[in-house]
Amino acid sequence: MTPFLQEHEMFRRSLRELVGREIAPHALEWEAAGALPRELFRKLGEPGFLGVRLSEAHGGSGLDFWSTAVLVQELVRCGSIGVAVSVLAHAEFATKVIDRAGTDELKELFVGPAAAGERIGALAVTEPDAGSDVGAIRTRAVRDGGDYVVNGTKTFITNGSIADFATTAVRTGGPGHRGISLVVIPTDAPGFRKSQRLRKIGCHASDTAELSFEDCRVPARYLVGPEHGGFKLIMQGFEGERLVLALICCQQMRLMWEEARRYGHERKAFGQPLLGFQVWRHRLADALTSIEAAEALTYRAIDLYVRGEPCNQEISMAKLFAAEASVGVAHGCAQIFGGNRYMEEYAIGRLQRDSLAFSVGAGTSEVMREIIARTSGLEPREGAR
Amino acid sequence: MKILVTSKRVTDPDMKIKVKADGTGIVTDGMNYKVNPFDEIAIEEALRIKEKGGGAEVVVVGIGGKDAALEIRSGLAMGADRGIHVLCEQAVDSSVVAQILAKVYETEKPDFVIMGKQAVDDDSNQAAQMLAGALGVPQACFASKVELAGDAKSARVTREVDGGLETIEVTFPAVLTADLRLNEPRYASLPGIMKAKKKKIDEIPVASLGVDTNPRVKFVKMTEPPTRKAGVKVADVPTLVQKLKEEAKVI
Ligand SMILES: Cc1cc2nc3c(=O)[nH]c(=O)nc-3n(C[C@H](O)[C@H](O)[C@H](O)COP(=O)(O)OP(=O)(O)OC[C@H]3O[C@@H](n4cnc5c(N)ncnc54)[C@H](O)[C@@H]3O)c2cc1C
Repeated sequence: MTPFLQEHEMFRRSLRELVGREIAPHALEWEAAGALPRELFRKLGEPGFLGVRLSEAHGGSGLDFWSTAVLVQELVRCGSIGVAVSVLAHAEFATKVIDRAGTDELKELFVGPAAAGERIGALAVTEPDAGSDVGAIRTRAVRDGGDYVVNGTKTFITNGSIADFATTAVRTGGPGHRGISLVVIPTDAPGFRKSQRLRKIGCHASDTAELSFEDCRVPARYLVGPEHGGFKLIMQGFEGERLVLALICCQQMRLMWEEARRYGHERKAFGQPLLGFQVWRHRLADALTSIEAAEALTYRAIDLYVRGEPCNQEISMAKLFAAEASVGVAHGCAQIFGGNRYMEEYAIGRLQRDSLAFSVGAGTSEVMREIIARTSGLEPREGAR
Repeated sequence: MKILVTSKRVTDPDMKIKVKADGTGIVTDGMNYKVNPFDEIAIEEALRIKEKGGGAEVVVVGIGGKDAALEIRSGLAMGADRGIHVLCEQAVDSSVVAQILAKVYETEKPDFVIMGKQAVDDDSNQAAQMLAGALGVPQACFASKVELAGDAKSARVTREVDGGLETIEVTFPAVLTADLRLNEPRYASLPGIMKAKKKKIDEIPVASLGVDTNPRVKFVKMTEPPTRKAGVKVADVPTLVQKLKEEAKVI
C-alpha cells in the first residue's frame, strides 16, 4: 500500500524530469565547487517545488509532508546527497518555521522570496560550545530601541556561505531553554560575518559554514514567534527536519543498494558473477530488509505527523533507525565493489561518505535514544536516583 | 479558438526494456510510465499559443485503460483546460487511434489538432497522418516552428525534412505534429498539479463511438535487439588492417 496519491505521482514525475535535466548532469561539478549555484534555487522555485509546505498566501502550495517526501526522494535520486541537504535546509529547516510562526511582514520578506528561490535561507542553531544541548546556546541578542544587537558564533551551518538570511537561535533572556528566541537575520546586516566554508568529508554539494555576529543589528520585528519562545519552535521544527533526514537515508540506501546489485551482476570472480555467491545474495537481501524496515518506520512516523497525532517518539525512532541502518547498508553495499569502493570514480564511495552525516545532523542518535527513553517510561522514577 | 492535443501513456524510454520470453511483448512489471515526450511538446505548443492571447481552449485527449487518466491529468497540470478520456482496455494501432480521434474531433470541432510526431513506445508515426486523411483536412507533420496567422485561420509551419527546413502554410482545420525541436516543454508546476485535480476529464467508453477497434496491423512477435559482441584488442596497425580486410571485409 502506498501513501502516495495521483497528485504525488504527478509531482514526482515533473520533479524527476527536472532532476534529470537540470541537476544530475551537474551534480559532480557542484560537489567539486562545494556548494549549489543560486540559479538552481530559482529553477526549483519557478515550478513551485520549494514551496511545498509553505502557505499559499506566500507563494507556497500549503501541502502536507507527503509532498515534501516526494521532493526529498527525487532530489536524492540525482546521486549527490548534498543537493537534497542544501535544498531542504533552505525550503524546510530555515523557512518553514517563519511561515508557521512569523508575522505577515516576515513572511512577505522571507517566505515568498524563499519559495521563489530568490532568497536562500539557513537555520542557525548549533554553536561551537552547544550542539545537542540547544538550551546552552550563548549567542546573545540585546534589545536596543527597535533593534536587537547580536553577538556570538554559529557553526556547522548548512547553506551558511550562500544564504541571504539565517533563521537564528539567540539568547534574549536568562539561562536555559526559556531564554531562547528565534530571529531572522539577513546576511547583509551590519556585523554579520560568514566564515570560509568548512571542509567536510562528505555531502560536498551542500556548503557548511561558520557564522559570526559582532554587534550585528537586526530589527526587533524580525523576531519569529514570541520573545523567549524560540526553544519550542526549534523543537517543533526538529520534527520535520528529522523526517527529512530519515527520508534522505532511506532513499540513499536504495541508491547504494541498486548500485551494488548492478555491480554484483556484472563483476565476475572465480568464473561467476559476484551475485552467484550466496554470501552476496544474502548480504544484499539483508540490506534490502533494513531499507524496507527503515522506510516503513519513517512512513509510519510521517503518517502520524501529517494527521497531527503525537509522534515525537516515532519520529525519533525513524531518524535513529534510518541513520544507523544507512551506515551498515553503506558498508555492505560498498564492500561488493572491492577496490572500486575506494575510488572517486564510483558513486558508492561518495554515497557511503555522505551517509556519515545523518547520525549527527538534526539531533544525534544518542539524543534520539534519549527522546525514545523519555517518552517510554525508561527514566528512573522521581527520587530513585 | 479551440486546440485539441493528445497525451499518450507510454513506458519510460529511459528505463531498460526487457522482452518477454515468449515474444508477446515487453515485461511491464515495475515499469514506469510517462506522457509521450512528443505529446508533451505538442501540449506545450498549444499552451504557448493560448498564452499569446486570443483565449484558446486547450483540450487533451487520451486513449487507454483507467491508468491512462494520469497522463491526461498531467497535460491538465501543464495548463490544458479540460480532458477527454476514451476508455479502451484493448491494444489499439495507429489506424484505430486515428478513427477514435476523428470521432472526438467531430464532437469537439477544434480549430486544429496538434499531436506528437510519434509515440516513443511503438514509434509508428502514422496516427496523425491517418487522422488528417480520415478527416480530409491538411496535415503539417514534424513541425519545428508554428506561427499562427493574424486571423488564426491558418498557420505557417516549418518542418524538419531531410537535409533542411521546409516552410508550408496550412489552412485550418488541420492536423499538426510536433518534432523534437519545436519547444522545450515546461515542468508541470506544483500549483498547476493541484489545479489539475479540479479540472474535468470526460470519460467516453470506446464502444459508444461506433469505431471498429480491431487493429489493422497484426502483431507477430517481439525480439530483443542482438547483443553487441565483445571487441578484440589488436597488437598493432598491420594486424588491424589485416583484420579489417579479411574478417570485417570493410576495406
Ligand atoms: C553536515 C552537517 C550539517 C549541519 N547543519 C546544521 C545546520 O544547518 N544548522 C545547525 O544549527 N546545525 C547544523 N549541524 C550541527 C548538528 O546539528 C550538530 O552537530 C548536532 O546537533 C550535534 O551537536 P555537536 O556537534 O555539538 O555534538 P555534541 O552535542 O557535542 O555531542 C558530542 C557527542 O556526545 C553525545 N551526547 C551529547 N549529549 C548527550 C547525552 N545527553 N547523552 C549521551 N550522549 C550525548 C552526542 O550524541 C555526540 O555523540 C550540522 C551538522 C553536520 C554534520
